[in-house]
Amino acid sequence: MKTVLEYLSARQSAGPDRPMFSDERETLTAEDVALRSDRIGSALIMRGASREPVLVWMRRGGAMIAAFFGVWKANCFYVPVDTEMGESRIRSIVERVKPRFAIVDESADALLSACGYTGEALDASTLLSEPADPDALETAGKQTLDSDPAYLVFTSGSTGAPKGVVGVHRALIDYAEQITKTLRATDSDVFGMQAPLYVDACMKEILSALKCGSSVVLVPKKLFMTPVPLVEFLNAHRVTALCWVVPALTLISALHTFDAVVPQYLKTVAFGSEVMPPKQLSVWRAHVKARYLNLYGPTECTGMSCFYEVDRDFADDERIPIGRAFDNTEIFLIDENGRRSDEGEIFIRGTCVCHGYYRDPERTAKAFVQNPLNPDYPETVYRTGDLGRINDRGELEFLGRRDDQIKHMGHRIELGELEAAAKAVAGVDAACAVFDRERSVLGLVYTGAIEKAALLSALREKLPEYLLPKRTAQTERLPLTENGKTDRKAAALLLYR
Amino acid sequence: MEKLLDILRELHPETDFETETRLVDGGILASFDVVMLITRIEEEFGVVIPAKEIVPKNFNSAAALFALITRIGEQDD
Repeated sequence: MKTVLEYLSARQSAGPDRPMFSDERETLTAEDVALRSDRIGSALIMRGASREPVLVWMRRGGAMIAAFFGVWKANCFYVPVDTEMGESRIRSIVERVKPRFAIVDESADALLSACGYTGEALDASTLLSEPADPDALETAGKQTLDSDPAYLVFTSGSTGAPKGVVGVHRALIDYAEQITKTLRATDSDVFGMQAPLYVDACMKEILSALKCGSSVVLVPKKLFMTPVPLVEFLNAHRVTALCWVVPALTLISALHTFDAVVPQYLKTVAFGSEVMPPKQLSVWRAHVKARYLNLYGPTECTGMSCFYEVDRDFADDERIPIGRAFDNTEIFLIDENGRRSDEGEIFIRGTCVCHGYYRDPERTAKAFVQNPLNPDYPETVYRTGDLGRINDRGELEFLGRRDDQIKHMGHRIELGELEAAAKAVAGVDAACAVFDRERSVLGLVYTGAIEKAALLSALREKLPEYLLPKRTAQTERLPLTENGKTDRKAAALLLYR
Repeated sequence: MEKLLDILRELHPETDFETETRLVDGGILASFDVVMLITRIEEEFGVVIPAKEIVPKNFNSAAALFALITRIGEQDD
């Protein structure tokens, strides 16, 4: 097997009419997905695309996933973009990648040139109206290697420029194996997908659909403000499995939703991307009988790398472990002296480790390093920057970050990216981003003449929603540490002055 | 009402909450903002907002939200 698309053929023969991806607009069967991706793949080949990044900028939905597969069929890799990422993020992606081709729908039209895109914009519906070319698809398929890139997804970078993680086909094959085994996905499962399609988080559902024939319902984003209609949606679609970021689950449990309505069909509830408060987990477990899984893994290691199946109660001040590594993945901890230890920085090795950051040798070299435990031959492992420890039960626990990276609303955020964006606004002299873990509030303290409201409006133009500060404070000067660095802890206090 | 406006302005100082009537439908309140907002309201006003009241029509404007808080407060008394 060279790509996970080989599962798609199996799905086509097993049940061509079974729904695969459903969204607010349409339901695509396995057959629909295969046909659409054939056409899109052929159309790309015909236009000369080969072994190159193709921007896919569409509304979140089954059509966008089919376009991803089409890009693979043309022996290319996709770069997913959504208007909600914000103009400046998209512009920096376009600048870094400079793609020659973009597959778009009307959601991208107005913004393409504003984001500096100068390549060919191919309307998805036009590509779908062209016939598939089986010979061309076969040739492109033969040229694809399992070590070739499958996608480029961008995560926050500390200097302001996002990093493009190069995901690889064979890592996806491995991930399909491990994640579906962990979730115990079957063809009777219905996944309610919360993740956006521009992050690798969406692969849990996509791979379950491909490998196991599960069906995937994309939950409309607007429902994640209204917990009762959200749960009613899950019941109406008979959703059996959730892989959600923690805030999406706590939206339901923290707002007394179970007094009004309870999910009726759930068998699996997986969560990750940030720390689940034990109190919220207890509320869920008291009302919904299901398997609960805590997942952990960085984008650089292709989706999730490790899991813990909740098998006991947790007090409010206890830590829910992240458990143990998937098969074919090793997680080890390295202490300050560079030795293996029961507490230290989390390192990951295995097929899951991706190729590094796109056109970014410097930052690649910092994170994708020689295995510190292997002096004998080249072996690249990923150093996560996360700190962990092994508890008395032998389970891995996540302790926090080594640096200024945070997880917020399911997204990885470098505080430096918010700072860089703020400093670029006229009227801001200095800026310090802070994260209040207690209240889960992202804040910004700044000096300069600009009013708070004007600064927020300017940031709104540039940044995705989840990077916008929820509290802002203007000050005469930023507090400094003894070493003359900005003192984030002291700055955080200014937010609540 | 002033107390509610303060809570809202903390979240989004760039928005004119006295006139805005499309907080949810216009995408001004972000998804997941709502947990923080409701937690703050419950703390400040000493009410519990039932989940079934968390629908766009109650959250599209500061006035609608204030009416909701008042209604719940009266029911509690």
